[in-house]
Amino acid sequence: MNVAKPNSYRSGPDERGHFGIFGGRFVAETLMPLILDLEKAYTEAKVDPAFQIEMNGYLKNYVGRPSPLYFAERLTEHLGGAKIYLKREELNHTGSHKVNNVLGQIMLARRMGKKRIIAETGAGQHGVATATLCARFGLECIVYMGAVDVERQQPNVIRMEMLGATVIPVQSGTRTLKDAMNEALRDWVTNVHNTFYCIGTVAGPHPYPTLVRDFQSIIGNETKVQMQEIEGRLPDSLVACIGGGSNAMGLFHPFLDDSTVEIFGVEAAGHGLTQLHAASIAGGRPGVLHGNRTYLLMDADGQIQDAHSISAGLDYPGIGPEHSWLHEIGRVNYLSATDDEALAAFQLLSKLEGIIPALEPAHAIAKVMELAPKRTKDHLMVVNLSGRGDKDVPQVGDILRGKSK
Amino acid sequence: MTTRIDTRFAELKKAGRAAFVTFVMAGDPDPATSLEIIKALPKAGADVIELGMPFTDPMADGPSIQAAGLRALKAGMTLKKTLDLVRGFRKDDNATPIVLMGYYNPIYIYGVDKFLGDAKSAGIDGLIIVDLPPEEDDELCLPAMKAGLNFIRLATPTTDDKRLPAVLANTSGFVYYVSIAGITGAAEADANAVGDAVARIKRHTKLPICVGFGIRTPEAARAIAEKANGSVVGTALVDALKNSLDAEGRATAKTVNAVAELTAALAQGVKGAQQAAE
Repeated sequence: MNVAKPNSYRSGPDERGHFGIFGGRFVAETLMPLILDLEKAYTEAKVDPAFQIEMNGYLKNYVGRPSPLYFAERLTEHLGGAKIYLKREELNHTGSHKVNNVLGQIMLARRMGKKRIIAETGAGQHGVATATLCARFGLECIVYMGAVDVERQQPNVIRMEMLGATVIPVQSGTRTLKDAMNEALRDWVTNVHNTFYCIGTVAGPHPYPTLVRDFQSIIGNETKVQMQEIEGRLPDSLVACIGGGSNAMGLFHPFLDDSTVEIFGVEAAGHGLTQLHAASIAGGRPGVLHGNRTYLLMDADGQIQDAHSISAGLDYPGIGPEHSWLHEIGRVNYLSATDDEALAAFQLLSKLEGIIPALEPAHAIAKVMELAPKRTKDHLMVVNLSGRGDKDVPQVGDILRGKSK
Repeated sequence: MTTRIDTRFAELKKAGRAAFVTFVMAGDPDPATSLEIIKALPKAGADVIELGMPFTDPMADGPSIQAAGLRALKAGMTLKKTLDLVRGFRKDDNATPIVLMGYYNPIYIYGVDKFLGDAKSAGIDGLIIVDLPPEEDDELCLPAMKAGLNFIRLATPTTDDKRLPAVLANTSGFVYYVSIAGITGAAEADANAVGDAVARIKRHTKLPICVGFGIRTPEAARAIAEKANGSVVGTALVDALKNSLDAEGRATAKTVNAVAELTAALAQGVKGAQQAAE
């Protein structure tokens, strides 16, 4: 008997890489054969048990997974509402969720025989993860980073260099993540025969948004199991920050079809949504950039506008295409937090829980501070603590001492 | 239907020579000077004009063309003004084909149907959209064909025989062969490798094949014109323009001539080429 397939939020994208009208493959012809090769390699790897076994081994023994699901008792008491759990991705090797995806992509690159890896990075967390795994597997590593970000994320630049990577400061455009991505694409077009482009978020041409999502879905899958063990049921809400949106997609995706779970993505509102910000959904509209159609910040003529966030990792004028789709169909609620709100959350979590978060998840914590008090005491809220704040300590220290802003 | 591009290549074939295709950025360094420059190009020997549509994030272009786009945007250039520029050009020249080259987003935001109608009526003949591969033909290529505009596709060194038919399927006007895997204005094109690639593509299509990326000098333009149906020069012209500007990046009395003189020299190179037997 034929049974109608239930509607699912998890089945996308279609075979051409589209989530509704979003996604796709908007790249130069030079790259198309490579992207098709990557899609084929990924499709084969996904069903190869050897790939999964090898990957799971590294996830456990090199990355340090599973990451804990920690009950933030003092934060919960302080806010006086929902029970808040932190998914501790900041405890991963290299200090953020980025390593989950990079491990997957580097293993794909090795399958494909690529010896030269390029990456773009904003805050440097993706660059550090890429440099780390390139060191582990003896691969050449080039990381493009906006010159502005090189300045504000010095600790990560030094780490990448210690790991043997070449960090190239990008001087074009706004000298931030968007321009680093342009330069990485230029490098890829030029060195297409031997180079693997390790994209750091759920964006770019198909199949990147899908494969990055799949590699990051371990976050949500573990959360499901852990919450079942601790509380015996699903969480009631999920909160994660969004730049490109890979940590958020990793947490959200396994829960998309669980209709009782409320989901919140938090964009960076910078100085405020009427001023300079990086909230593509709140302040943008659908357009085409960096290989995909998605929500983008742009002017009336379709020129891409500068994004701003205190957090280099969120400072990007776009968002992953699957998020754009989840927004349009209304499955995920997209909120935003300003620089100041993120700074306040950064300090609150540090003081109450002894956990210094990266500025990126501090945006998520900022919205938890609003959402949690409005929920009942039996409401289970999971926040993705996507990265640790070591890299931001000098910058935040300067701001708090009034040296810069 | 016969377009200006078809007519021009038919004339060139009859004359037994290759096409000289020039690329300049619309609105660089300002809309008025830009109009003077494109008017000067055919007089200096350009057979086809590629007009860049400025975009903030030209992922496949090198620093020269990116800077040209940013100069144009700074001077207030928009897609609508780019179409106005072509209207201005068409007042005096109804024969030289104009091909718009750029990225998809400004067109998508303008609205595909409105853009195609306006582009056609402004006198535009073809489109080269760098970030629309055959996999995204539904977006613009198929509507453009329906609207009577040539959609010119890029073929590259990574486009193998298996993929070529897909790339050529909806291509018309000419095929633009990108001589290097890389960005504009980077490496130098190798005429022998180009010759092999052109021969390979010719086994799949009867369309003329023009070759660009990495051609800067009259000698190089000539060497390529001996192997292909046309040589495309962009970055060298954009650099000549840039070198004529004042310290603030504004046009000077030398600007139009700087582009026209290099165009004339390059055109001489192309016209001196002996066309390989078909």
